[in-house]
Amino acid sequence: MAGQGEERGEEKKKFSIWDLPDVPAGQLPPHLELQRTRVLCNKDAPIHTESVLYSGAYASMGVDNSLRLDHFCHNFRVEVVRLTEEDMEFDMIGIDAAIANAFRRILIAELPTMAIEKVLIANNTSVVQDEVLAHRLGLIPISVDPRLFEYMSENDQPNEKNTIVFKLHVHCKRGSPRITVKSDELKWLPNGSELIKESRKVASDSASKPETYTSFSCSQDTLPEFANNPIAPKYPDIIISKLGPGQEIELEAHAVKGMGKTHAKWSPVATAWYRMLPEVVLLEEVEDDLAEGLKSKCPVNVFDIEDLGKGKKRATVARPRACTLCRECIRDEEWEKRVAIHRVKDHFIFTIESTGALPPEVLFTEAVKILEDKCERVITELS
Amino acid sequence: MEHGSFTDNSAATFSLTEEDHTLANAVRFTLNQDPRVTFCGYSIPHPSNARVNIRVQTTGDPAREVLKDACQDLMLMCRHVRSGFDKAVEDFKASNAVKAMKIDSQDSDSEESE
Ligand code: SF4
Repeated sequence: MAGQGEERGEEKKKFSIWDLPDVPAGQLPPHLELQRTRVLCNKDAPIHTESVLYSGAYASMGVDNSLRLDHFCHNFRVEVVRLTEEDMEFDMIGIDAAIANAFRRILIAELPTMAIEKVLIANNTSVVQDEVLAHRLGLIPISVDPRLFEYMSENDQPNEKNTIVFKLHVHCKRGSPRITVKSDELKWLPNGSELIKESRKVASDSASKPETYTSFSCSQDTLPEFANNPIAPKYPDIIISKLGPGQEIELEAHAVKGMGKTHAKWSPVATAWYRMLPEVVLLEEVEDDLAEGLKSKCPVNVFDIEDLGKGKKRATVARPRACTLCRECIRDEEWEKRVAIHRVKDHFIFTIESTGALPPEVLFTEAVKILEDKCERVITELS
Repeated sequence: MEHGSFTDNSAATFSLTEEDHTLANAVRFTLNQDPRVTFCGYSIPHPSNARVNIRVQTTGDPAREVLKDACQDLMLMCRHVRSGFDKAVEDFKASNAVKAMKIDSQDSDSEESE
């Protein structure tokens, strides 16, 4: 092997730039094309990580880098890999990171959901302090479509269109074993708050209906959207607190509509992320013992061994998608010239984990709609 | 809000409130790919103000129109992404339904043969 390497080195010395053929116009030379479309993950650091945006970047080579919508529409592809009620994975091909990232950011921070914002505590003798309890309640995902509700602004009265009220009343009797309070103890109050406002109590003694903390004009369960599917926490088994004998929690929780950028409890996704498609290239034939070595280097089994007959073996790249970019395969001396790890810049493996308010595919469409609305807002403001 | 000169409308800074990297970076992408643009970039003057400044300099066309076109392009791209995504999800659901049916029928076949 070493002898071969030296021979090659000598060949390289004779190389002259004038022997190269002319660069064909209208087409990028392969090394530039590689820089433009791939991130090269070298042993020390990744290079060519940026995307080339400027329309005239390749003007001297007669290559137009400007945005052509028809070109985009022709090349853009989506392929769904996995889709369940709570998460999905799909490939988005032919789009720039700037836009893929905008979708991701909107999914996390700008899609509304309903979450508990106000907790009125009537009694709490548990070991969990009021403010911690309120925070825990806020983080419980509620299974309801936020599009059916309105935002509540500062001087709005809580009504049936912007507030969901839950009641929680658990008491652990003296002498009985400890109990665990789970999220299924949160009972929906379709008629709104049942707590009577202290300050008004005296004044409205004569009034027929005492004033509570919400002013619902009708019961939420008469609305067609909720008549047959009562509002409840998405998962019934989230632990809220534990009660010892004699302890009690009595409270009312008011959920309102909000966005993840205000507080993470309103984020509709557990997380949403993307990664670029890995591409593993064998730069030369890797055979026999080296092939075995390569196969055992990779912790996620990217490589396979192909039998060539006569006891000869060759390494092949079988599962590049599984590559985690740990760079183990190029860490050792000499290996960087055999294996190259790339990432495809315009191929995104997008994963969305929903917290349960909306299915993941609906979340993504809503996110794209929000970006459209943002553009529209700028256009109308400028005209 | 637009800050520019009165005599030359080919360079201007646009200050958008209630926006952040999400929109600004996406618009910068479409702007940069517009051949009429000589320079564009954005900055967020202070992280606790919800405001972003987008600078656009063009070869001569009004910066305002170029920014509008960039937003229009982005909007059309979004629309295409949405339709492409919806179609892919539909296809996936349909093919999965077919697969599930096949598995079911295979199961019943094997049961019958047993
Ligand atoms: S970088 Fe890591 S995961 Fe990827 S092929 Fe090499 S060893 Fe395997």
